[in-house]
Amino acid sequence: MELLIGQMFAGLSLGSVLLLAALGLSLTFGQMGVINMAHGEFMMAGAYTAFVVQQVISDAGASLLVSIPAGFLVGGVLGLVLEAVLLRRMYHRPLDTLLVTFGVALILQQAARDIFGAPSVDVRAPVWLQGNIELLGAPIPLTRLFILGLALVCLAGLVLLLKATPLGRRIRAVVLNRDLAETSGVSTRRSDQLTFFIGSGLAGVAGVAVTLIGSTSPYLGTNYIVDAFLVVVAGGIGQIKGAVIAAFALGVLQSVFEYSTTASIGKVLLLIVIVVFLQLRPQGIFSLKTRSLA
Amino acid sequence: MRATVTKRAFLPLAAAAMATVLAGCGSQIADPASAGSTTGSATSCVNTSGSSVKVGFINSLSGTMAISESTVFDSLSLAAEEINASGGVLGKQLEVISEDGASEPTKFAERAGKLIQQDCTAAVFGGWTSSSRKAMLPVFEANDALLFYPVQYEGLESSKNIFYTGATTNQQIIPALDYLAEQGTKSLFLVGSDYVFPRTANKIIQAYAAAKGIKVLGEEYAPLGSTEFSTIVNKVRDSKADAVFNTLNGDSNVAFFRQYKSVGLTADSMPVVSVSIAEEEVPGVGLDNVQGQLTAWDYYQTLDTPANKKFVAAFKAKFGAGRVTSDPMEAAYTSLYLWKAMVEKAASFDVDKVQAAADGVSFEAPEGLVTVNGGNNHITKTPRIGKINADGLIDTVWSSPAAVEPDPFLATYDWAKDLAK
Repeated sequence: MELLIGQMFAGLSLGSVLLLAALGLSLTFGQMGVINMAHGEFMMAGAYTAFVVQQVISDAGASLLVSIPAGFLVGGVLGLVLEAVLLRRMYHRPLDTLLVTFGVALILQQAARDIFGAPSVDVRAPVWLQGNIELLGAPIPLTRLFILGLALVCLAGLVLLLKATPLGRRIRAVVLNRDLAETSGVSTRRSDQLTFFIGSGLAGVAGVAVTLIGSTSPYLGTNYIVDAFLVVVAGGIGQIKGAVIAAFALGVLQSVFEYSTTASIGKVLLLIVIVVFLQLRPQGIFSLKTRSLA
Repeated sequence: MRATVTKRAFLPLAAAAMATVLAGCGSQIADPASAGSTTGSATSCVNTSGSSVKVGFINSLSGTMAISESTVFDSLSLAAEEINASGGVLGKQLEVISEDGASEPTKFAERAGKLIQQDCTAAVFGGWTSSSRKAMLPVFEANDALLFYPVQYEGLESSKNIFYTGATTNQQIIPALDYLAEQGTKSLFLVGSDYVFPRTANKIIQAYAAAKGIKVLGEEYAPLGSTEFSTIVNKVRDSKADAVFNTLNGDSNVAFFRQYKSVGLTADSMPVVSVSIAEEEVPGVGLDNVQGQLTAWDYYQTLDTPANKKFVAAFKAKFGAGRVTSDPMEAAYTSLYLWKAMVEKAASFDVDKVQAAADGVSFEAPEGLVTVNGGNNHITKTPRIGKINADGLIDTVWSSPAAVEPDPFLATYDWAKDLAK
C-alpha cells in the first residue's frame, strides 16, 4: 500500500516535471510551429540562473523564490533574442529552424561549460523543502510536491493568459489564422515575439525547478528535450490540455513500467506505447481545428 | 487545406527524427575492429636521438567526460613538469603532445593512432571510460605501443600493451564487500548506470554475495545520465536492505542522492557505498546530500604519507588551493613515474625492452608503495574505505592491512570461478 502510494506519487511527480518542461514548448512548437531544439538549453539557462542567484542570496529559500521569476526572465530574453535574430527569418522553413536551433543549443551548452565549468554545480534546496511528509506511510518528498504545485501554477497562469486577456486572444487569433488576424489589425510580429518570450520563459522556470531534484550541468537540457517533444506531439500539437494529459499519462506510465520492469526497459516500453499511439492517432490526443485555408 | 495537413504531419515527424538523433548522441559505441584502422607496420618511429622524447596524453577535454578527464590531464601535466625539473627520463626532457578524446571512443582510437604513428610518442597516458579503453586497445596492440590507463575498471582484461594503474575489481569492489560483511551487512541493494562497468561489477557482487550468504534484494540500472530516480529510490526504500552498493556514473549521482535523501534515507539508516564518487565529484553532488556516505577507492587526498603531502602541495601550488586530488588523478600521476622507472630499468625507450623490464618496478606513490605485476600489467594497490566528511574530503575509515596483488580475472577467488568465462 505504502509502495503503491509512493509509486502513484512518483508518476504524478514525473508528470509534473514533464509538464513544466513541455508547457513552454507547447506554446512555441504547438502554437507557432517552431521546432526549437534549444528549448532544453533555455531550461539549462534557468537552472544556472538559480545557481547564480544563490551565489548572491545565500539563503536557499529566498534565492529559490527570486530564482523563479529571474529564471523566467533569463529564459524569456534568450527566447526573444533567438526569435528576433534568427527565427523570424525562417518561419515557413521548419527544417531550417530545426537545424539552426540545434546549433544554438550546442553553442549555449559550450557557453555554459566555458562560464561555469564542465562539472555540475550544486544548487542547495531550501531547508523547508528538505525532507518529506508521510501519506499513509509513504514518504512524499517536499521538493516533488513543490514542483507539482509550481507546474499547476504555471499551467493556470498560462491558461488564464490565453483565455482571459486581450494578449491571449491575439495569440490565439494568430494561431488560428495568421493572415486573417493580420488583416484584422493584430500585429503578428508582436504576438510572435510575446509568445516566444512566454514559452521560453516557462522553460527557464522549469530549469529552476529541476535543480531541486537533479544536477545542474551544461547537459541538463538534453535530458529533457526529447521527453518534452514527446509530450507535445502525443498531446496534440497546439493543445495545452493535450500536453497536460499527455504529461501526466506519460509520467504515470513510465513509473508503472519502470516499477514492474527496470528503468531502461521501462523507457523502451513507454516509447513503444507512444509510437503505437501515434500510429493510431497521428494528430495526438487532441487536434487543433483551425479555420486556416492555407 | 492540403498544405496544412502536410505541415502538421511533418512537424511531429521532424521532432521525432531529431529526438532519435539526440538519443543516439548519448550512446555512441565504437567498433573496436574498425576504429583506428589506419594501422599498418608495427615498426616504431620513436626518435630518441635528440635531447627530448615525446609522450602522448589522451583525455577528453570536451564532451560529457571532460568533467572527470580534465583533472587527470592536470595531474599528468604536473608529473611531466616534475620529471622534467628533475632531469627528465634517461636524461631526456619529456615533450608532451596532448590530444582530446572528446568523450567519444572512436575519437580516442583515432587520436591514439595519431599519437603513435604521426607524433611518434614513446608512450601514451590517459583514457577513462572502459569503452574508450576498449576502442584504443586494438590500436595499441596493432602498433605494439604502450598505453597507461589510470582509472579503476571492471577487470577481466589484460594486454601486454596496456598498463593498468587504477584498481581492478579485487582492489576496490571486493575489499568494499569485505568491509560491509565485516560490519555485519546481511543484505544489499545494487544501483548502477546501465553500461559495462556497473553490470560487470554487479555480476561480481552477486557471486560474492551468494558465496558469503549476503542477500541481494534488488539490482536496478538507470540509463546513463538519467535524473529520474523516484521509482528506484522507492524500490530501495521498500527493500529495507542493510546497505546500497552504488555504481552510478556522473550526474546521475546528484539526482540519486538528492532523491534518496528526500524520502528520508540517510547514511545512518541505509549507508550507500559508491565507487565513482571521489573528492572531485562531491561539490557537484552536493555535500549536504552525501556527507557521511561511504566510498571505495585506493587513494584519498587526506592520506597521511610523505609522498601524498608532496603531491597535494605541488598540485595545489600549480592549479590553485581550491582544487582537490582524487584517486584517478593519483593513479595518472603515478603512471608517468612508473613508466619513467620502467624506462630507466630497461635503459631504453623501446617498447619490448620496457615491457620486459616492467615486472617488479615500484614507485613510492601518494597512496603508498605500488609495484608492477608483469604477469598481468596491473599494479599492487592498497584498498581503502572512506567516509565523506564535513569539508567534502574523504576520511579513511578502513584500510587493507597490506597492498593487494592485482587479480583482474579473479583467479584466486573460488566463488568467482564462473565469472571470467
